[in-house]
Amino acid sequence: MCIQWVDILRAGAATAVASILTLGLVHAQGYPNTFQFGQPATEQDIAAIAIAIPTDGKGLPPGRGDSARGKQVYETACAACHGADLMGVANIPNMPTGASLRLIGGRGTLTSPKAVATVESYWPYATTLFDYIRRAMPFTAPGSLSADEIYAVCAYILSEAKIIDNATVLDAQTLPRVEMPNRNGFIPDPRPELFK
Amino acid sequence: MVERPMKYSLADLKRFPTVSRTYFMECSGTTGGELMRPNQPTVQRTHGLVSTSEWTGVPLSTLLKQTGLKPQAAWVLAEGADAAVMTRSVPIEKCLSDALIVFAQNGEAIRPEQGYPMRLFLPGWEGNISIKWLRRLEVSDKPFYTREETSKYSDLITKTGKARIFTFTMEAKSVITFPSGEMRLPGAGFYEITGLAWSGRGKIARVEVSTDGGKTWSLAALQDPVLPICQTRFRFPWLWDGTPATLQSRATDETGYTQPTHQQLIAERGPLDAPGMLFYHMNAIQSWGVATDGSVKNVHSMG
Repeated sequence: MCIQWVDILRAGAATAVASILTLGLVHAQGYPNTFQFGQPATEQDIAAIAIAIPTDGKGLPPGRGDSARGKQVYETACAACHGADLMGVANIPNMPTGASLRLIGGRGTLTSPKAVATVESYWPYATTLFDYIRRAMPFTAPGSLSADEIYAVCAYILSEAKIIDNATVLDAQTLPRVEMPNRNGFIPDPRPELFK
Repeated sequence: MVERPMKYSLADLKRFPTVSRTYFMECSGTTGGELMRPNQPTVQRTHGLVSTSEWTGVPLSTLLKQTGLKPQAAWVLAEGADAAVMTRSVPIEKCLSDALIVFAQNGEAIRPEQGYPMRLFLPGWEGNISIKWLRRLEVSDKPFYTREETSKYSDLITKTGKARIFTFTMEAKSVITFPSGEMRLPGAGFYEITGLAWSGRGKIARVEVSTDGGKTWSLAALQDPVLPICQTRFRFPWLWDGTPATLQSRATDETGYTQPTHQQLIAERGPLDAPGMLFYHMNAIQSWGVATDGSVKNVHSMG
């Protein structure tokens, strides 16, 4: 396990060494504030596994892709579960049911008991789409898509969702600027509710 | 946003001062499918995604003291080493209060399916955020809006069309485990009704039991020890007269919060009955209907 902040690497600075043995106490030595366990995480250590993309897109990798290329990637890597029409495939053994695999549609349904929450209708940030595909998709080989392929398949999903047009090329600059329809659809937790 | 990025092996982690705490853990999707109608037949199927264990590990605050925090540190991304490299954003306040990195459950190394070699444990919060197979913590000034905290584990309020995000706390809840769905009482007479109550906000203050579908309520006895953020056993003596009965329990925690009815939850948040959409944090009073033949089934009560 590694604790770090990617943007400010201060590895090696001010190594705190607890000097519990120099206090001159005869009896209980007490707990030190800091311990000498563990190793500094180097820049290389962190770069090798730090893949989280915040909503401002910081850390997005080089690369680019458009909807046309994304359609090819999608048909190979995604369609088996998410469907040729991006509407999800029903009744796949050991896979989520209902709308879980559906990627598009559902706008205007969020006040309905039959709400359809998809990337198009529900997800607030396009950076989340990139981040999630990169870490978890495709289901049978997560982490196997190149940055170009991920940008492209994001472009395909978002253009099929009519959020961007077919010609848009997604990259580290354009992806964070995509305005998702439900961007302002989330509110803080107001609980506890007062039930009478 | 840390002064000294650090790596810790399992052996390193075990050298720190540790604590052992008995806590419940509950999936926020537990009983979500029970909102609109009785759905699952047994208490295992309705409420089975909650359990209580003794967890042993190191306070996350101890580790963050080693790395140091910049003043802007406000959130911590926790990342698992599972195939999906799952991530959740955790407010720094929780990380510096009772959050643990645990390596043991009930006195043994946590099992592979529970997150070996180490996992995050956030007491009283929805289970999904206690990231298993923990491989990395990244301190940030804002949350990451990961898939698991936007697309999932957010609470769509159909009354407004807005979704609540970062809804962490598991609120007071209880369920009668005996008698419960698919059991059969052999005949009229004495039974000890028993069940479990718990709250993510602290100790259970009281549990009330109704045998008439919520028209009248009586205090149940709480079995010691009553621990904070831990399941508490309750017991209630019942002389069944052999006529149809509806058994319910309702928990109140030490903050004064009382478990609501289905109707109250639906009135507050709006109905949700969509395939693939979960009504998270569904903590309504559970009803078990006892028929004259002694059979018990999952029912909804208007009481």
